[in-house]
Amino acid sequence: MSTPETTETAALAEETAGHGDISVGVAGSSNSGEATASATRITPGNALRPEDIALAVSRGTAKPSEDAAELALRLGDDALILAQRLGHWISRAPELEEDIALGNIALDQLGHARSFLSYAGGLDGRSEDDLAYFRREHEFRSVELFEQPNGDFAVTIARQFVVSYYQFELYRRLAQSTDATLAGIAAKAVKEVDYHRDHSAQWVLRLAHGTEESRTRMIHGFKVIWPYVDELFRDDELTARLSESGVAVQPSSLRADFDRLTGEVLAEAELDVPQVPAAPGGGRRGFHSEHLGYLLAEMQVLAREFPGASW
Amino acid sequence: MTTPEPHSGNVWPIWEVFVRSSRGLSHVHAGSLHAPDAAMALRNARDLYTRRNEGVSIWVVPADAIASSDPDAKGAFFESPQGKDYRHATYYTKSEGVKHL
Repeated sequence: MSTPETTETAALAEETAGHGDISVGVAGSSNSGEATASATRITPGNALRPEDIALAVSRGTAKPSEDAAELALRLGDDALILAQRLGHWISRAPELEEDIALGNIALDQLGHARSFLSYAGGLDGRSEDDLAYFRREHEFRSVELFEQPNGDFAVTIARQFVVSYYQFELYRRLAQSTDATLAGIAAKAVKEVDYHRDHSAQWVLRLAHGTEESRTRMIHGFKVIWPYVDELFRDDELTARLSESGVAVQPSSLRADFDRLTGEVLAEAELDVPQVPAAPGGGRRGFHSEHLGYLLAEMQVLAREFPGASW
Repeated sequence: MTTPEPHSGNVWPIWEVFVRSSRGLSHVHAGSLHAPDAAMALRNARDLYTRRNEGVSIWVVPADAIASSDPDAKGAFFESPQGKDYRHATYYTKSEGVKHL
């Protein structure tokens, strides 16, 4: 891996080697003090990127088993659909700062989706774009929660709260996967999802303890979202096989931790866990609610209208 | 996690953000933002000002907690040291026999 940025970083590291914590500044900058808070300092680090996975897949150094590819498709679709939903908030959030917070979460999710889908495509040579833009509704494997409409801010926060706590438990364990690529994606994703947990929990507390209206809306948000919690933790034949081969744990095994940790926040917010019947679900088999079709139409229209378009 | 003090009113207060870069220097003023309380201000600062690995530590300070010098008092405040070369070490000649200065 030798992109311009990484060589620059390496050169910088070499240049500053032996200076301990005292840096000599970025090469070419007039004043090392000025460079400290610069928006142009590129320090991408060496985290696993979707491009690295696509490259490994194309070189044949990473190839998923059929089951691992199906799991990657499921998790990639979850993250992709949620990213599309969250993106809708940009320019519409209650405050500019929250625009950026939700946009950041959307971008994190999109990054996870790109990694998972790049890997899933390694099975039959499809790219992340092929999978995102050229599959039809019944070929998507996301569960129903992720395609739920944004509703008001409280509904979005309720959805994000459930998603983040679920994904955190999921990725925490997936980071131990016998599949090295899935483990790598999860290890990077879990740190980001940890922050998403915090963000949504903070908002749950504030809305619940805010005004009468914000509390009413928060309660309503959970009532709308909670029917879709059950589907997250359903096992099936695929997850049973994956659990046997050590690729991923059974979804049902995440439930206890999810209930305990979300319960703590809900208790602090003085909210009850909604007692609502579970939605039928079926997303893992390609059965979706009426909402996904509209979302896909908007998400896919450009790529289908102008195949291969780039900007 | 502690339950925050609810902030009443429709306008969030302004906070000044100071970020310490990963290179062992001081916290530097990065900008300002709106937030309902300190905990959210820290999170918003993380989202707004550390998107590109700029920092390892953040301070947020309520903008109205900062007392600042009066821009109109520039003369009285900042022009006094001009011409006072003796306040700089370079003004003085080194005595003979002093090493490593």
